[in-house]
Amino acid sequence: MTVNPPAPATEPAALTEVSLLRFATAGSVDDGKSTLVGRLLHDSKSVLADQLEAVERASASRGQEAPDLALLTDGLRAEREQGITIDVAYRYFATPRRRFILADTPGHVQYTRNMVTGASTAELAVILVDARHGVVEQTRRHAAVAALLRVPHVVLAVNKMDLVGYAEDVFAAIAAEFTTYAKALGVPAVTTIPISALEGDNVVTPSAVMDWYAGPTVLEHLETVQIDHDPRGRVTRFPVQYVIRPQTAEHRDYRGYAGKIASGIFHVGQPVTVLPSGHTSSVAAIDVLGESVDAAWAPQSVTIRLADDIDISRGDMIAPTEQAPDATQDIQATVCHLHDTALTPGARVLLKHTTRTVKAIVKQIPDRLTLDDLSHHPSPGSLEVNDIGRVVLRTSEPLPMDAYGDCRRTGSFLLIDPADGSTLAAGMAGAAFAGADSEKRAELDDAEWDF
Amino acid sequence: MSRFEQAAAQDFQLPHLDVLESEAVHIFREVAGEFERPVILFSGGKDSIVMLHLALKAFAPAPPPFALLHVDTGHNFPEVLEYRDRVAAQHNLRLHVASVQEFIDRGELKERADGTRNPLQTVPLLRAIEEARYDAVFGGGRRDEEKARAKERIFSLRDEFGGWDPRRQRPELWQLYNGKHAVGEHVRVFPLSNFTELDVWQYIAREKIVLPEIYYAHRREVFLRSGMWLAPGEWGGAKQGERVETRTVRYRTVGDMSCTGAVDSDADTIEKVIAEIAATRLTERGATRADDKMSEAAMEDRKREGYF
Repeated sequence: MTVNPPAPATEPAALTEVSLLRFATAGSVDDGKSTLVGRLLHDSKSVLADQLEAVERASASRGQEAPDLALLTDGLRAEREQGITIDVAYRYFATPRRRFILADTPGHVQYTRNMVTGASTAELAVILVDARHGVVEQTRRHAAVAALLRVPHVVLAVNKMDLVGYAEDVFAAIAAEFTTYAKALGVPAVTTIPISALEGDNVVTPSAVMDWYAGPTVLEHLETVQIDHDPRGRVTRFPVQYVIRPQTAEHRDYRGYAGKIASGIFHVGQPVTVLPSGHTSSVAAIDVLGESVDAAWAPQSVTIRLADDIDISRGDMIAPTEQAPDATQDIQATVCHLHDTALTPGARVLLKHTTRTVKAIVKQIPDRLTLDDLSHHPSPGSLEVNDIGRVVLRTSEPLPMDAYGDCRRTGSFLLIDPADGSTLAAGMAGAAFAGADSEKRAELDDAEWDF
Repeated sequence: MSRFEQAAAQDFQLPHLDVLESEAVHIFREVAGEFERPVILFSGGKDSIVMLHLALKAFAPAPPPFALLHVDTGHNFPEVLEYRDRVAAQHNLRLHVASVQEFIDRGELKERADGTRNPLQTVPLLRAIEEARYDAVFGGGRRDEEKARAKERIFSLRDEFGGWDPRRQRPELWQLYNGKHAVGEHVRVFPLSNFTELDVWQYIAREKIVLPEIYYAHRREVFLRSGMWLAPGEWGGAKQGERVETRTVRYRTVGDMSCTGAVDSDADTIEKVIAEIAATRLTERGATRADDKMSEAAMEDRKREGYF
């Protein structure tokens, strides 16, 4: 791949009012993920001359003939020494149309928890496969994680097309197999793109040799994919983070509830209910960081004032009275276990949900899921690091938890070790996969759990 | 029509700066809600200025519930120190200064042979954290700055020595930040993690934030050392063979005078600075910071020691 810095691709004037896309990449060791990421960064002018020089210097000192672009992304000493990627890294690049935050997740070590971490905030996931090998276990695992985390868009990049003679039928077979699998998991949108990251085919520039492919390049798709941020039709939720009470002469009676709207739209005059107390009031005013507005929506950080003086503090949730969530102490969820200490039934943990942290007990671990084939293992006894399983939890206080499928922010939680504060597991309440209506669902014995 | 009315009319698509601003504000409020003694590390550089601006917005009309902490290396730009004091007074914030010079004078730190004081900051910083029992320390670090920073979490747990162990970081999922820590440990918090240098400048422009003048092109006496234009000052100046000349320069980053280089630039307005940043071929740190050129893992090594 060429390493000459390209000409600036961005005009400053065009950069002001662009949107932001968060996406994650997944691929196993030899699928060419570093090359793909390197090319995306490089061809969008996000690799600057001094970074390239540093890579060239480091590559030369290792006796490598060509600059090793993996050194651009492997930021830690141990990563460079061992030539592996240890941990999720976040990278930034921009085109005139969009700004991108890329969660660059390592493919092989501790893959599940890393990809879960990267996918938790992603609106799109790029899954790489090697055209010579097609859909393999790892591909199914990546698709399952994207489905589990409800990543709205999935791109399958069939890489190394140069090694299969750029054959259309090879690509078509892989694309069809993957799409069927992903749809069954409930992935709403799948795009498949044949690429050669090494040669640059269909990554940033359209391939000259794959004239049978009429779709977008990877970058073009990233720039144009319609990400649905529309808060209309979603549940409306506001976890209270902090109570603002200036108590100054000027603002003696000011009492504002600060937080980030998790989902939906709030507007002045709306009747609201406060959870878990159940008190009701209405929205008297909304400030978006100093600007008074009539309406505000996710993901804005705002301050809401209510018409009535009621007792509200951090950890409470404000929701429209007409769609206030139920609060429960019994939670059924899917968790990805992140820590070396196993999770076992009877474990006493802390559960962090939105702005509230409560005590919880792991009542049962009914099932462990194998992502490779979606088989489940009843009563596994414990969940080890990187395991994904169903859990039943009992919390010390009722929580207004939504199903993760309805709202990523109010349906997700962390389990924390009360002894040392470690993050033990990432949890998603309710049904695991959105493919609830697919054929798979019919085979299941328990409708609530759709593994 | 306000920005938000426009966004609502266009299917509620928020411009990226509003998304980044909301995220940073959320992080400030999380820390205010969960920690006892947070402090903002404030140097008078553009990132810490943007950070303070966001903190002020997050709690308005109340003042932010944080004090400021500055680690003064003794080699800072006078314009920046003046700015620091003015801003602290303007917002009625408590400012704590930890002085590298005092540590050197007391014999607790030794001047390095190369005269650079940036690596020396870590000791006074950790002492200040320990003495004031700060449990959360906001830093203006951004992940786009440097490859070790690209691996940094938004909530970064530090051990009792202030050290960072990249292998033992907590996974960070959704927007659920885990700030649990033991006595003696603290958490470094980076609200600007997802801003890039260009985002910072665009945000400064949008919010009309005033910066120290050295960020804009001005005539200044400088001399060339190791490929960088350094400004003479109390810290020292040109040695034999180094020629002082007056050039039109500006600073992209502000650290110690002894290791922060100026860049040749005619950008004397924010619009020109944004145009310059969007077209530049050099990273912020690559262009102007000697401290990161010391070795391939210079930043990582300093972070392990307790640096930001």
